[in-house]
Amino acid sequence: MSEPPARRRLGPALLAVGWLVLLLPPFYLSAFWLQTGLFAMAAVIAAIGLNLLVGTAGQLSLGHAFFLAVGAYGYTWLAGSPAADEGLSGLRLPPAVAFVAAVLLTGVAGALFSPVSGRLRAMYLGVATLALVFVGQHILLNATSVTGGFNGRSVPPLTVFGFVFGDTDDGLTVFDVPFGGLERLWYLGLLLVAVASLLARNLLRGRPGRALGALRDSETAAAVMGVHPARYRAAAFTVSSMYAGAAGALLALVFQRIVPDYFSLGLSMSFLAMVVIGGLGSVGGAAAGAVFVTVLPQLLGHFADRIPLVVAPGSTGTGLDASDAADFLYGAALVLTLVFAPDGLAGLLRRLRLPRPRLRAATPQTSAVGEPAVGDTLKEQTL
Amino acid sequence: MTTLVQTLFNGLALGSVYALISLGFTLVHKASDAVNFAHGSLLLLGGYLVAVLHTSLGFPGALVVAAAATALAAVTVGQLLRAARAQGAAVPTILTIGVDILLFTELARRIGTDVLNLGDPWGARVASFAGVTVAQARVASLVAAVLLVAAFLAAFRWTRWGLAMRVNASDREAAALMGARGERLRASAWALAGLLAAVAAVFLTAFPTPGLDRTTGQVALKAFPAAVVGGLGSVGGALVGSLLVGLAEAFSAGYQDQLSPLGSGLSDVAPYLVMVLVLIARPQGLLGAKESSRV
Repeated sequence: MSEPPARRRLGPALLAVGWLVLLLPPFYLSAFWLQTGLFAMAAVIAAIGLNLLVGTAGQLSLGHAFFLAVGAYGYTWLAGSPAADEGLSGLRLPPAVAFVAAVLLTGVAGALFSPVSGRLRAMYLGVATLALVFVGQHILLNATSVTGGFNGRSVPPLTVFGFVFGDTDDGLTVFDVPFGGLERLWYLGLLLVAVASLLARNLLRGRPGRALGALRDSETAAAVMGVHPARYRAAAFTVSSMYAGAAGALLALVFQRIVPDYFSLGLSMSFLAMVVIGGLGSVGGAAAGAVFVTVLPQLLGHFADRIPLVVAPGSTGTGLDASDAADFLYGAALVLTLVFAPDGLAGLLRRLRLPRPRLRAATPQTSAVGEPAVGDTLKEQTL
Repeated sequence: MTTLVQTLFNGLALGSVYALISLGFTLVHKASDAVNFAHGSLLLLGGYLVAVLHTSLGFPGALVVAAAATALAAVTVGQLLRAARAQGAAVPTILTIGVDILLFTELARRIGTDVLNLGDPWGARVASFAGVTVAQARVASLVAAVLLVAAFLAAFRWTRWGLAMRVNASDREAAALMGARGERLRASAWALAGLLAAVAAVFLTAFPTPGLDRTTGQVALKAFPAAVVGGLGSVGGALVGSLLVGLAEAFSAGYQDQLSPLGSGLSDVAPYLVMVLVLIARPQGLLGAKESSRV
């Protein structure tokens, strides 16, 4: 309502162009970059989900690595076939059904935690969810017939109506480009990201998003307005864990083999970093933060020989290991964002887009009213 | 019977180390309204400094320097948190996660895959009485923890500093009006937390643990459930929770043969299981005050 008409038309147009550009990489990029892109897409889905919880509901969760694991292993177990010699079990469901069921299974896991997730607030929930990561690791290592134990388990490829999202020799080529597993998964990933962000946008702009934002800003006021705090918190946690489940299942398809080590506390922390760097409460911000945190280590590792002070992982040269360098960079980005630009990349962009004269004239109240037009939630005005 | 006594002792010793960590954690929470996720890395820093310095300074000297340096690092983190304090409850907590990532990456890079010896005077010696054999380091940890906690409780109860801390935690504005210096109190809480963490690092890595490695910080995270079980923000709760968690861990390690259907390595997750069970029954923790808001 406050944006000039020309700009209002420009936004969707830019978005459409962006999506079209995202259709191109399988024709130009190498397998390495396609894989990096797919990791980023999985991270985007999980980050959007976590953002619902952290940014909108104001709850903290360090348990996302666990829910990713539930999605990944859930899919693998449901779609996998039993292998008696390795002591593995599996339900041999059609992979497409298994994918959906894995997401639902993650939702059930999230809902089971609701006695805790509904009743604890913000940082207390953050400590409680540590339990999910560590107990989850314990289960992954010990439930060997489902997870394959320490060495992990290979992931059956996804097939939808006979079309295989994996490396097969059916000789599919599009415009002279052979379409292997990564190229096919790329489009599946894009589809999932699109669905995930649309759902999140609708949730945030509708009644649930308003309710959660109100709950974050003042529990008492929200309860008086008819928002049931425990129910809404538990629901946000459950929805957020389902996002993580979808991300985990996609990740499993890209990895083709999943090991428990990957789903560590560090992974949870990196998701939190994505959401904060991108901007709490913004869907686009979460996506940007996820791309930043995921692509950074790959970028540094790939160009290690051309960046000063950084050496490739495992090399003997003096300098910073590329993955360490990436950890430093995103840790620093997290700290600097919180200290200097608490609303993240999305906030920086928003500040750039606001016309300057209005910014100077506007009182806090009027800018708060103008906010929903550009942002996804009511901006936190409370101190 | 011997197993029972031995397990009980191990549990108490372990609980006493957790008490040192969770006490610092609780203090910081009282002072800065944040959960300090960097606590594990601060502890790792303390242990690493002792490991590096003990050859040149001797163990006592190294411990003093390491404790001071860790306290300083903790105060720095506390100062950094001030910048983010105005932006909502979860923000300072997330900031500590960022600090944790930075600190851990640097320490893990330096430690690499090594297991460092902290050069403590107890070594691998054991003491036995009445047929029960225990590591001397564990006796020392129990004694040191009891002394430190008693000294802290006495100061918390009877000194002006303790009074100011308690008032500051319950009503910041009233405390400021009464002349309590919020900034100094906050810094002192963080410093004490760092100091206790460095001492805890020594006992956490002493015999029978092989030594300090990059995962020691994660082992220290088990003091978080201890604080939560007792009720975050309650000093007594942190102590009770620590003992409970330590005992749970020692018992699931001591009787692991009987518990084998639940998988190996259960003792590592026992503290977290205890936490979830307690939280389901009492979300505010065992001794935590139930939150209420007046309209």
